[in-house]
Amino acid sequence: MIGVGKAKQYANVLDKPLSRGRQEVSLSAFAFLFSELVQFNQAQVDNIAELERRLEDAGYAVGARVLELLCHREKGNRRETRLLGILSFIHSTVWKMLFGKVADSLEKGTEHEDEYMISEKELLVNRFISVPKDMGAFNCGAFVAGIVKGVLDNAGFPAVVTAHFVPIEGQQRPRTTILIKFAEEVLHREARLG
Amino acid sequence: MALVAIYSLFIINKSGGLIYYKDYGSSGRMDTNDSLRLASLWHSMHAISQQLSPTPGCTGIDLLQAHNFDLHCFQSLTGTKFFVVCETGAPNMEILLKVIYELYTDFVLKNPFYEMEMPIRCELFDLNLAQVIQKDRVALLGR
Repeated sequence: MIGVGKAKQYANVLDKPLSRGRQEVSLSAFAFLFSELVQFNQAQVDNIAELERRLEDAGYAVGARVLELLCHREKGNRRETRLLGILSFIHSTVWKMLFGKVADSLEKGTEHEDEYMISEKELLVNRFISVPKDMGAFNCGAFVAGIVKGVLDNAGFPAVVTAHFVPIEGQQRPRTTILIKFAEEVLHREARLG
Repeated sequence: MALVAIYSLFIINKSGGLIYYKDYGSSGRMDTNDSLRLASLWHSMHAISQQLSPTPGCTGIDLLQAHNFDLHCFQSLTGTKFFVVCETGAPNMEILLKVIYELYTDFVLKNPFYEMEMPIRCELFDLNLAQVIQKDRVALLGR
């Protein structure tokens, strides 16, 4: 509303602090929207790999924007340039902004040097989703994997990111692990930087 | 506190088709045909009761009391009916039905792989329902 209150006037719109906006949206509204997103994409494809790719693409666009916004809002227009830096940025800053909490764990793959894993006991997008048996290992976390890929790619860390269900002992529900496999050049650069 | 025995749970869609059936009692098990028949029978009885009721604005039978069981029914705004068959005089069944309705809206309707009006096959719904039915005896009484 124009002229209401005594809002500080900024000569340049870019000087204005970026509003944090409302911090939370309704989980139900999100769940229904996400459900529709999955259903829409499912109607467009004829195999599960294609559906996974489409969800990932949807997430990618989110990731690219989230990176831009958070670098500006949280880090004073600086962006992480080191591997561990960007991973912990995703694990804490990005996760907190998207899901209201830090991710449950961030681990390095034991078998391969270039693999990292972010695990979540109950991924927010999967909260209400039961994947039917005939869809095999399909995981709607592909959307979140896409977000991670979007952040990494745009920060200059090209990587292949996938979402998997990993059963935990003594638990009925498997957890979701986001597997990040970095491109070779990223590791070379990292080694050069020491 | 005495345990409340719930014999079975039915969910029927707005055209009277059985979309979920769960048996908790050990005696008097029904086969698939019987449960389907019972569900559509209840659907029709419910509809007729609405027409026959002398009070205007009647929404159908909420409670059917028999010698050896009670049948509690809850109809959602969209016409989906939930009903439990339990032992006579079991308290708090209305609340239980509302909780089950809540689970249905969460784990069935928000699941992209569920087709409306079709039988419910959602792992999370089964899981959470089992928990509620287990806990029901303790937790619901306090609500």
